[in-house]
Amino acid sequence: MRTTRYGALAMAAAAALALSACGGGGGEEGAEEGGGEAGAESVRIGIKFDQPGLGFDEGGSYSGFDVDVARYVAGELGYSEDQIEWVEAPSANRENLLSNEQVDMIFATYSITDTRKETVDFAGPYFIAGQDLLVPVDSDITGPEDLDGRNLCSVTGSTSAQRVKDEYAEGVNLIEQPGYAECVSLMSGGQIDAVTTDDIILAGLAAQEANQGQFKVVGNPFSEEKYGVGLTKGSELCSDINAAIEKMIEEGAWEEALANNLEGVDYEPNAELNPPTPDDCA
Amino acid sequence: MDSFLSLFEQYDVAAAFWVNIQLTFWAAIWSLLLGTLLALFRISPIASLQWFGATYVNIFRNTPLTIIIAFGVLALFGQLSVSLSSDFNLNFFRLAILGLSLYHAAFVCEAIRSGVNTVPLGQAEAARAIGLSFLPAARLVILPQAFRGAIAPLGNVLIALTKNSTVAAAGSVAESAGLMKTMIEFRSDMVIPIFFTFAFGFVLIVIPIGLLTTWASKKLAVSR
Amino acid sequence: MSAQQVLFDAPGPKAKRNILIGNIVGVLFIVGLLAWLITALAGQGQLTAAKWTPFLETRTWQFFLLPGLWDTLRAAGVAIVTSVVLGLLLGIGRLSHFLPIRWLAGVIVEFFRAVPVLLMMIFLWLAIGAASIMRPQDIPFIAVVTALTLYNGSVIAELVRSGVEGLPKGQREAGMAIGMTRGQSLRSIEVPQALTAMLPALVSQFVVILKDSALGYIITYTELLQNARRLGVGEGNLLQALLIAAVIFIIINFALSSLANRLSKLLSFRTAGPARKDPEQKVAAAVPAG
Repeated sequence: MRTTRYGALAMAAAAALALSACGGGGGEEGAEEGGGEAGAESVRIGIKFDQPGLGFDEGGSYSGFDVDVARYVAGELGYSEDQIEWVEAPSANRENLLSNEQVDMIFATYSITDTRKETVDFAGPYFIAGQDLLVPVDSDITGPEDLDGRNLCSVTGSTSAQRVKDEYAEGVNLIEQPGYAECVSLMSGGQIDAVTTDDIILAGLAAQEANQGQFKVVGNPFSEEKYGVGLTKGSELCSDINAAIEKMIEEGAWEEALANNLEGVDYEPNAELNPPTPDDCA
Repeated sequence: MDSFLSLFEQYDVAAAFWVNIQLTFWAAIWSLLLGTLLALFRISPIASLQWFGATYVNIFRNTPLTIIIAFGVLALFGQLSVSLSSDFNLNFFRLAILGLSLYHAAFVCEAIRSGVNTVPLGQAEAARAIGLSFLPAARLVILPQAFRGAIAPLGNVLIALTKNSTVAAAGSVAESAGLMKTMIEFRSDMVIPIFFTFAFGFVLIVIPIGLLTTWASKKLAVSR
Repeated sequence: MSAQQVLFDAPGPKAKRNILIGNIVGVLFIVGLLAWLITALAGQGQLTAAKWTPFLETRTWQFFLLPGLWDTLRAAGVAIVTSVVLGLLLGIGRLSHFLPIRWLAGVIVEFFRAVPVLLMMIFLWLAIGAASIMRPQDIPFIAVVTALTLYNGSVIAELVRSGVEGLPKGQREAGMAIGMTRGQSLRSIEVPQALTAMLPALVSQFVVILKDSALGYIITYTELLQNARRLGVGEGNLLQALLIAAVIFIIINFALSSLANRLSKLLSFRTAGPARKDPEQKVAAAVPAG
């Protein structure tokens, strides 16, 4: 009797372990090293899963501009579609994922900065975004200066909202939410006047089917964010990736990806800077 | 060590904890009031109020607090334009208090009901025998004894509330859990010291509350 | 005082009228509250069919809600088992006759009961990410389960301890009398009975685990709440998606709570100790987190 009881407990524990093991998604262990040269079994690419228009998990398949660029680059490096293992790369974890060699490349609205260059390498840029504002279509806001006394939404810890407050409109009311979805929901309820982050992310939000025709990107960017491909320090992939990006732009696939993902939104990327020329590899 | 201390110059940890303490204080008062009212509903002779009390408790006790806090911001503020203060930030602070109060009131109600269960039947019978009707009997005889019997479970609700005040981070309130996340993101080399700073902060707040309520529940227990 | 009817007399004609008036006022109050909510939401266009029809599509359930529910149940299920195991170890540790073990178990239990689960989850998520010990897609799951286990294991340890202490002394003495050691008596006589006595409180604790697993959305774990949010982003019906998630949580937790109630009635005469539904009676902080 006693043994049965403790035996049952042990069985339950074993079942729980099995449960936790089978849930991992069954992904194959990918290329061991960050090097991941062509011919290796698969390539692990970090993207956003919750950023419509850039990297979005549509229930089993992935869509967005970052995803399309990643697919193209992976294709040029010799990986077919089913050799790509998509990994979620939330902003807070991107450096960790790379320095621990848990992904080979990151395409996740990843701005090239000097601080980040200390821990990771970058290829690209493949796009140049700028912090901007998303407002209702009938709004009179034309730039961050107009935000005094208005309500501005961003995600917790955003540098964009802080910049607006510090440099343009001291009297702005900041509200921080766990995600941009909450911000857009609040704006369609009429409680906030603008959402701020990189313009292409805003355009992606506005391009959502449910938001069509409701919002516009102001088009007055107040920063320059060079989206790069995050690589492990010392990776040898940089020049190959740059060549792939250049080819993508030349072939027109870059333009096409941008148009496809941001269809129906009144948004033009900063034409002086886009499409960009990749920087030289270090 | 120096770089650890420099963290405190850069980030105001004490202020973040102070926000948690304020959230806890106000939510404790409101949830105690609302919870007592709900407990009264549940023991009252009026069927519709009994039903309301029971339904309220079943709904709020079984919903994750994060969803309640999110509804406060997205539905009450976002859609219904409920404003609890003309000051923008104070409004979210108060919405968080509202969410915390609504959630914990369900637990306060159950704690008081368990306190009511410690009051012997004879007390209610005696109250009726001297001609008290429901409300005076509840106010003068039952609840005073029930509160004293409910101090331990109420103390547990208070401890839970203190810790749950961190969930207000999801409602645009700058408190300690949010600050810890920011600090770790910017100083990932100091993950462990940062965590233990915040963890011990909560240990320092929670353990005295536990000791105090245990002491009070013994001291104030109705001896039978 | 359990029969609440003693609080008031069988109503006479006047009291009956008062109760009727009370009922009408009560119903009007409830109906009024609902009416305000519904008209206000309708005024904001939140009740239009477009916001709700996505929940009739298989795609919504197949790719968002059901996988989310599965991840919630998976995290909660694993955490329940590991919490019980940890709780038994720590609980027996706290009853040990060997002082350092008792002391160590005590410190662990008190520490993890005092630290908010959310704080622990965020820490584990970022710390495991920095330590490079597992596949990145597994980290949120591990962080959620570990945080839930440490907290709830400590609470269950207290349940076990108070369960054993709530047993009549005679149980242990009888064990000693037939020549068992202290440890044997604990394992074979006291803990099994304490578990039976504590089963209802244990099930209530499972509700806490299930609810707290929802905190995982803050660290990108793809549980029900997170998937509901992602669905809401795509369909523009965040509020409705959260409401559906809340309803699913309420149904599951309500079923678990009812189970706890039944167990406490059923088991009260199967053990020498008192079967309680309320973990609170003796145990500090066994109440609910987020």
